[in-house]
Amino acid sequence: MKFWATLDPRLKGIAVLVLLAFFPFIDRNAAHLNFLADAATFVLLALGLNIVVGFAGLLDLGYAAFFAIGSYAYAMLASPQFNVHIPFWVMLLIAPTITAIFGVLLGAPTLRLRGDYLAIVTLGFGEIVPQTFLNLSQWTNGPNGISALDAPVLFNYKFGLHTLPYFYVGLFLLAVAIIIVHNLQDSRLGRSWMAIREDELAAAHMGINTTKAKLSAFALGASFSGLAGVAYASKLNLVSPDNFQFNVSIFVLSMLVLGGMGNIYGVIIGSLLLSSLERFILPQATLFAHNLGFMNVDFSQFRFMMYGIILVSIMLFRPEGLFPSRQRKAELHVAEIDEALALQEQSLYEEAVH
Amino acid sequence: MSILAIRHLTQRFGGLVAVKELDFEVEEGSIVAMIGPNGAGKSTVFNLITGIYKPSEGQIEFNGAQIQGRSTSAIASIGIARTFQNIRLFAFMSALDNVMTGRHSRMRATLADALLNTPRARKEESAVRERASEILKFCGLDQHAHSYAANLAYGPQRRLEIARALASDPKLLLLDEPAAGMNPNEKSELMTLIRKIRDTGITVFLIEHDMGLVMQISERIAVLDYGEKIAEGLPDAIRANERVIEAYLGKPA
Amino acid sequence: MELFFQQLVNGLSLGGIYALIALGYTMVYGIIELINFAHGDVYTLGSFFSLSVLTAVGIESEMHGLPLLAAIIGVMAGAMAFCGIVGVLIERFAYRPLRNAPRLAPLITAIGVSFILENIMQLWQGPSPVPVPTFIPDPSFTIAGVSIEVKQILVVGLAIGMMLLLNLFVYRTKLGKAMRATAQDRDAAQLMGININTTIAVTFLIGSALAGSAGFVSGVYYGTTWFFNGFSAGLKAFTAAVLGGIGNLAGAMLGGFLIGLVEAFGAQYVSDQWTNVIVFSLLVLVLIFRPSGLLGESLPNKV
Repeated sequence: MKFWATLDPRLKGIAVLVLLAFFPFIDRNAAHLNFLADAATFVLLALGLNIVVGFAGLLDLGYAAFFAIGSYAYAMLASPQFNVHIPFWVMLLIAPTITAIFGVLLGAPTLRLRGDYLAIVTLGFGEIVPQTFLNLSQWTNGPNGISALDAPVLFNYKFGLHTLPYFYVGLFLLAVAIIIVHNLQDSRLGRSWMAIREDELAAAHMGINTTKAKLSAFALGASFSGLAGVAYASKLNLVSPDNFQFNVSIFVLSMLVLGGMGNIYGVIIGSLLLSSLERFILPQATLFAHNLGFMNVDFSQFRFMMYGIILVSIMLFRPEGLFPSRQRKAELHVAEIDEALALQEQSLYEEAVH
Repeated sequence: MSILAIRHLTQRFGGLVAVKELDFEVEEGSIVAMIGPNGAGKSTVFNLITGIYKPSEGQIEFNGAQIQGRSTSAIASIGIARTFQNIRLFAFMSALDNVMTGRHSRMRATLADALLNTPRARKEESAVRERASEILKFCGLDQHAHSYAANLAYGPQRRLEIARALASDPKLLLLDEPAAGMNPNEKSELMTLIRKIRDTGITVFLIEHDMGLVMQISERIAVLDYGEKIAEGLPDAIRANERVIEAYLGKPA
Repeated sequence: MELFFQQLVNGLSLGGIYALIALGYTMVYGIIELINFAHGDVYTLGSFFSLSVLTAVGIESEMHGLPLLAAIIGVMAGAMAFCGIVGVLIERFAYRPLRNAPRLAPLITAIGVSFILENIMQLWQGPSPVPVPTFIPDPSFTIAGVSIEVKQILVVGLAIGMMLLLNLFVYRTKLGKAMRATAQDRDAAQLMGININTTIAVTFLIGSALAGSAGFVSGVYYGTTWFFNGFSAGLKAFTAAVLGGIGNLAGAMLGGFLIGLVEAFGAQYVSDQWTNVIVFSLLVLVLIFRPSGLLGESLPNKV
């Protein structure tokens, strides 16, 4: 056990993923496999948003916009739509680049804004992008979206409808993501993000170019959604504006809030929890209620209320999330620490006076 | 040789003139102080030097190059470091991490290094960690290396801010009221530290209210009142200067 | 040319609704620097409430004269009271505990509240748009080829009237003065003996009541309501508040009418499907280039 604790977190993550690779042979349930393959996309999104929100402290309420750009990039460059057929593996490099560029384009004029204003700007962007994809129907097929996307091909093996290969691609991408995210956190750049989050003015006095650092966070976060977009689009075989609305941005944000912003594994767990809420817990609860005789109940209708309740409860009662980084927990409970110190000083004073 | 030259520096905030036509030079390798009643504009001068404000008029020269109006991070990178009147440590980073962050401008790791955790980056991180530990020791903080900055007592916090500022290997160190809130013991330790810093070749420019400390440690003193320099010179001269006494105590009845 | 004036009138009516909602946003932001995400949904609640009352009372067709006046005042007052109370409750239980938390915490909470409200309304009236009984008579009169309906005059008149009342309240009453003081410096206000909790609660009460009135108006004006209205309308009203200068009452009015006009003219001269993009792009541009808005002052950073 002690050995496990001292292991590099990157290795821990990879070890878990390697174990998961055996999962399809242990559990033959196709629905479970499918769930994991889809959940992997959202874990990628959560890890990417975590760079922006968790590491650099920039609230992004329109993250789905980059997800949309990444997905549509795949749909337009690897499908019959324009008869461009860039291979899946190449798209895994191109789409993140495209989304990163958009991240820079959005970030450059806006990152100097105050926290809540930045949040609203990203929200605005999050509305503009899917609406634009919807409107440019001569290129995007409007509300119907683009389908019949190219299936990934690996050494002459074409992916097709089977979930299994997408599952392994998901594991592979997660492995890459986990390594990168840990590397970022422990680097000079990661430290500068932390400093900016703590005190931006003081950070500037350390020689940190705060604009560049924030822009890097934004662009890197956006690139992750490019990656996720390719995985998502290729598996779903369809992109439509409906899949990239505001609720998706909040869905991903909730994963961070629930799991613990800044904590890489907290975020992963938060992501899996929320994905399973939607895919398993709510339908199971509905089934349960039906079995009890309440036939009209459909808990999946309560999805957004659940997300809302989770967000509100966490903020009110455990703002650092389920698995906070030690630092975040300390940051958020500083009032309590101060109070304790104040009480201590008060009692010392009273002792001295009497 | 002047390491810092302030010429005709003026700063207006709307109708208020915070700094008025300030001319002042700091000689390299010296310890120089700026004093004056509260609100005299001293911190504003520091804020102008480190690029928080762009001056309404005037120039600031550092080692001969004009720096007024440049960005804070650029100025920090060329060798000017500071502490703040109200401590601005990175509260929930360890003391060691605070100092390591201070070394940011001297590090070369790029985005690629960050993403790939290259051997070069790892080597640099080790070297920085070691240097940061040395600096903590220099400032008498080595036993606190892994405590959160917020959990340190007040005196060590002030010293940590200085340690963080030293991490960038500055040529000029600006200390904004470093002795505020310190007891006599801590103040004498601070004086020793400041002299130690100067002995390594760093020029120290401080703002301070504690006259005892200022008189003991400074080689030259400038006095500000309502944004204007009203006196400048050796400590003994300043102590006896009538205008200075008047500024602090008011005109005799 | 007639089309232009027609859209002018349409835009002003729409703008009146946005203005009423924007006033609430700007008041709350001015006093506790919170973007109340749930405000748009309180607006929708206003129309839902009106729908319920109208259906319950059995009002279906046009009314005239005194009963009409009674109906308008009655239902609107009810919607305002209902929404005002909801607003106060939200503040009390979701925002007040976070008053000293880092600023992004209440923002996230507000999003959560918004989701909860939207889900409640979705369950209440279903996922599709619902018709609202229109009982305000249709007669319009035509000036220079432009038809102006009674409803439209009602909307604009209401918006302006509310703002004037609000102005009177904020600048002439003790409570209003307390609000202004709290907005400027909360701690100092507290030291002067102002009860912060009450002051903030009143701010929410008034802001939410205004949103409720907008909800009533929009329901009977458009004859329809939808659980998801609040999201889009709220965002546009927030754009209006920022455009006019956040924290500035006259700015919220001005912004509201401007956004209404942008939307009306956008729909006419560009296309219906691009109006949202236009308005939200305007939001992004205003925040980037002039975050203080048209009537706001730019505040320098103090170190």
